[in-house]
Amino acid sequence: MNRADTAWMLISTALVLLMTPALAFFYGGLVRSKNALNTMMMSFAALGAVGLAWALFGYSLAFAPGSPFVGGTAHVLLRHVGLEAKGAIPHVLFMCYQGTFAIVTAALVSGAVVERMRFQAYLLFLVLWSLVVYGPVAHWVWGGGFLASFGALDFAGGTVVHVNAAVAALVAATIVGPRKDFARQAFLPHNVPFTLLGAGLLWFGWFGFNAGSALEASPIAVVAFAATMLAPAATLVVWTLLDLVRDGKVTAVGAATGIVVGLVAVTPAAGYISPSSAILLGAIAAFPSYYGLVFRVRTRLDDSLDVVAAHGVGGTVGALLTGVFAEKAWNGTVNGLAFGNARQVGIQAFAVLITIAYSAVATFVVLKVVGALVLLRADRLDEGLGLDVSQHGEEAYAEGEGAILILHDGDTETPALAPSATLGGES
Amino acid sequence: MKLVVAIIRPDRLNAVLEELYKADVQGVSISRVQGHGGEREHVETYRGTTVKMGLSEKVRLEIGVSNHFVQPTVSAVVRAARTGVVGDGKIFVLPVEKVYRIRTGEEDQQAVTPVGVPAHTLSSGTEASSSTSPR
Repeated sequence: MNRADTAWMLISTALVLLMTPALAFFYGGLVRSKNALNTMMMSFAALGAVGLAWALFGYSLAFAPGSPFVGGTAHVLLRHVGLEAKGAIPHVLFMCYQGTFAIVTAALVSGAVVERMRFQAYLLFLVLWSLVVYGPVAHWVWGGGFLASFGALDFAGGTVVHVNAAVAALVAATIVGPRKDFARQAFLPHNVPFTLLGAGLLWFGWFGFNAGSALEASPIAVVAFAATMLAPAATLVVWTLLDLVRDGKVTAVGAATGIVVGLVAVTPAAGYISPSSAILLGAIAAFPSYYGLVFRVRTRLDDSLDVVAAHGVGGTVGALLTGVFAEKAWNGTVNGLAFGNARQVGIQAFAVLITIAYSAVATFVVLKVVGALVLLRADRLDEGLGLDVSQHGEEAYAEGEGAILILHDGDTETPALAPSATLGGES
Repeated sequence: MKLVVAIIRPDRLNAVLEELYKADVQGVSISRVQGHGGEREHVETYRGTTVKMGLSEKVRLEIGVSNHFVQPTVSAVVRAARTGVVGDGKIFVLPVEKVYRIRTGEEDQQAVTPVGVPAHTLSSGTEASSSTSPR
């Protein structure tokens, strides 16, 4: 262990944790104002619920020694997670860093079920999903599981985080069902500046996500950092051009989306590819996701905030291109198709397919279990009223006009009206 | 008395208020409204979703005036709000049954006469007066 590595990983952990509030803004801006708080809370709640589930059980399932398919129970309740070395850094810091990944991955899924899922059901789903789906998949790639020994490259979580979350989103959107006026009414973003703010903060946090995945302050971290800077830039430029070609206007929501797609795509590749390959990868990744978004709205699938098109398609493209652009001269370990190792693309495709299959089945089971215990959906009236009021008893943009204070009488259980309010009419 | 209701473009509001001020029209209420007239809808695109915005932002002015002040008020609004392009808005002149000034209880003509102007100075026969006369 040395202090430089520890310092960098302390910073990276905080950077990745910031991505979840950033996602709250990214998603929150894209929904209607009556659902703004609910949508943002879906991300914020993950900071608590998944953060705790991770420390108590999830970390062990992902990183304790176990079978090739799931970790053991050695670290349940943070047993034997102390200041001893785990790689180049203290074990407990490694646990915290990986926890921030579990949190943001679970929060990503919420984009498919916003504006109609009951919050209690969502909380239950969130916790179960992070343990049953995220934990094992993280183990396969990073915890010494079978995908790692198979040679699959996933530097910072293209399959573990993005493909995994997107498949869960697809399943969740299908089971929970579309919003009540889906395909009959236009649902417009209520605050595009929030979405831009979220995209900017996500990019910032993503430096910790990708460069931090080197798990040390090393040249590999620098390789990943450069890729994280350049790939989204290329995606943004191509996205802008595609917007221009499509209807002559460059959209802000498009810019925010393009940045995220570029970040997603470069995630599995970050520490394996040269900076110039990162530019190429980012540029290529714009096309499938852009047309995926345009295509999705013509389908019956209400993946409301396009988790599948952005994270699923972007993550898959990134995972495959990792197998193309990986370059031993930069990563010191393995070459991809472009440098003579065609087999790597096949390995990457296998890892993606396995992740899709497991995530689909396991998410389906988790949602059925949650659905058997509690109602998944808000009823139609609550949905019409907005989930901010119906689920949280709050409004994002309360006017205060017509709000009559209810005084709680010390003697009785029933609330009494303030005397001054009686002029206002009935209680 | 009449109630002049004008629906105008939001970006013409300041110019209209200026013209009304020059015409000595002092009492006005405004509200932000949305409406649809003959103008072309504009198109917005959010990711894959393209929408035609059927309602445009407008400002609605309500001005209570005495009869002889109707024409100067209407002229002032038209002067400032007209751009010549579809979507400039409409002016409606409505009869008013009764007016009360809440502060004093004054009624009708007196209630729409600005403070400091004796109501009898404009009681009759001055319908064609210039814009310098108080309303």
